Amino acid sequence: MRRGGGVGRLWPTLIVAGLAAVALAWAVPAAGTVDAPPRGLVAGLLAVLLLAGASVRQVAALDGRRWYGSATAALFGLWIVYFWQVGVTLFDVPRVLLPAPSFIGQMLLDRWDILAGDFVQTVLKAVLIGWALGSGLGFVVGVAIDRAPFLQRGLLPLASLTSTVPLVAVAPIMVMWFGFDWPSKAAVVVLMTFFPMLVATLAGLQSAGKLERELMHSYAAGYARTLLDLRLPMAMPFLFSALKVNATLALIGAIVAEFFGSPTVGLGFRISTEAARMNMALVWGAIVVAAVTGSLAYAVLVQLERKVAFWHPSIRSR
Amino acid sequence: MAMAERTALRERVLPVVAVLACVLLLWYGGAVGLNRAGAVERVLANSHPNGYSSADLITTTLNMERPVLPAPHQVVTDLYASLVDWPLDSPRNLLYHVAVTAQSTLVGFVLGTLLGIVLAAAIVHSRTLDRALLPWIVASQTVPVLAIAPIVLVILGSLGFSGVAPKATIAMYLCFFPVTVAMVQGLRAPQRIETELMHTYAASRLQAFWLLRLPSALPFLFPSLRVAIAAGVVGAMVAELPTGAQAGLGARLLTGSYYGNTVGIWSALVMSALLGLGLTAAVAGIERLVLRSRGAR
Repeated sequence: MRRGGGVGRLWPTLIVAGLAAVALAWAVPAAGTVDAPPRGLVAGLLAVLLLAGASVRQVAALDGRRWYGSATAALFGLWIVYFWQVGVTLFDVPRVLLPAPSFIGQMLLDRWDILAGDFVQTVLKAVLIGWALGSGLGFVVGVAIDRAPFLQRGLLPLASLTSTVPLVAVAPIMVMWFGFDWPSKAAVVVLMTFFPMLVATLAGLQSAGKLERELMHSYAAGYARTLLDLRLPMAMPFLFSALKVNATLALIGAIVAEFFGSPTVGLGFRISTEAARMNMALVWGAIVVAAVTGSLAYAVLVQLERKVAFWHPSIRSR
Repeated sequence: MAMAERTALRERVLPVVAVLACVLLLWYGGAVGLNRAGAVERVLANSHPNGYSSADLITTTLNMERPVLPAPHQVVTDLYASLVDWPLDSPRNLLYHVAVTAQSTLVGFVLGTLLGIVLAAAIVHSRTLDRALLPWIVASQTVPVLAIAPIVLVILGSLGFSGVAPKATIAMYLCFFPVTVAMVQGLRAPQRIETELMHTYAASRLQAFWLLRLPSALPFLFPSLRVAIAAGVVGAMVAELPTGAQAGLGARLLTGSYYGNTVGIWSALVMSALLGLGLTAAVAGIERLVLRSRGAR
């Protein structure tokens, strides 16, 4: 069932699709200049759509190199943005409904000072501090109750249950306690990130095998030595997966907490107020900032995990 | 048997109860500590101008009208009053708000789950979708997708949708991501030897899907459903914030914070926690029923 072949056979489709796409984008009139989209252009759009589909199919059918997979996804993403742009312009979709990507990009450039302020307020203050404090606290508590099985059995079920509870709803209470500025958002983030880290720490510390523990015992290694040299390193993959989950949770927590009240700066504030003012391009801009932040944080954590736990089977097998 | 039950009680239930008791104690202690300043300034200065005993202080801090941290019994009393004193369709009854939020959560959850399963089936059978779409769905897990909720609300609002639809849509797309990712994994779980067995039976793709892939995906599906419903509750509650909605737990939280009604916020918070727990428990119950009817132990 293996289709396709070398990359060389792709070029005709890619070049034809690309040329057609450029021609269509050039032919589409600026938004608002004509009443109804010309029939010919709609037909052209359908033709480019078919070509785009064919190009993605052909790239997806390639075998052999690892980067072919990411290339397919990248090509698909490019086409989505292209059809978003051309479709919105051609059918003259109101900006309130869906602003064109170029307009969002323009907004990102024009208002980057505002968005940079929001980034500092939400990400560098609330998210980073809350994430570090919450994860750190979860880790410390996890290690501290490692020698108290009674506490573990009491805390673990409750900590796992918190993942089903909408913790972000404590935001109004935190706003009342810590005021409108970033400390209240950081407090929400601390609460949201604490429990996943606690659960992961407890699970990770249990993950060292009996054989390894007995080896440490036969070396006459005490509790601290075993913890430092065996059990904490073995827990690293668990800790990193909690850190990654927490990075997303922290962003969500800080942004949603700002919906409940914030100073006049912050990504969540920007999203909610500009959406209320129908300035959707800036809302999309803030979302782009949040999305890029989330993906970058994840990528950084993955790289860090490779550095720290390079020896672990789950890393080496990748 | 009785012996085993007794040890189970001692091993599992006792620690949880002990921790909960500690939390309750800390809560009362925190209520006394946090409300102290307000109690002294606003209440005791008027009622006990000639000095007050510590018993006075404690009873006052635990029964303030607008406490910084309400005591647990205040929250319970408020909850009880709201549940019993008002009819079910009154906006004063918290169960009414729970029903509103639960309705949009469940509609979104069902739609999101169906969408996720269908999309996962398509991804498993199409190499193009697998390579072009799946990486984006996986990557979206690292992005705060909840942040686009206001956009969805504005778009659906200007298209004329109101009421349940916008909230359910947000719950739907939050439910959809984890279900899709887990189902793709689950539908791919069958071993090669099993798919080849299906092949030797001359089973069609549909039969192989129905008889082999779907059953082996169930253990992957249910954990993702638990994640999805919890995300759906958060989505439905957040969707109630910017619309100026009058009903729902999210709206209740927001009005509580506008009017400084601390006890009300805490009651709404407790109810939303109970809603999340209840819905997750319901999913877990269905999971047990389904797996048992399929002969799993």
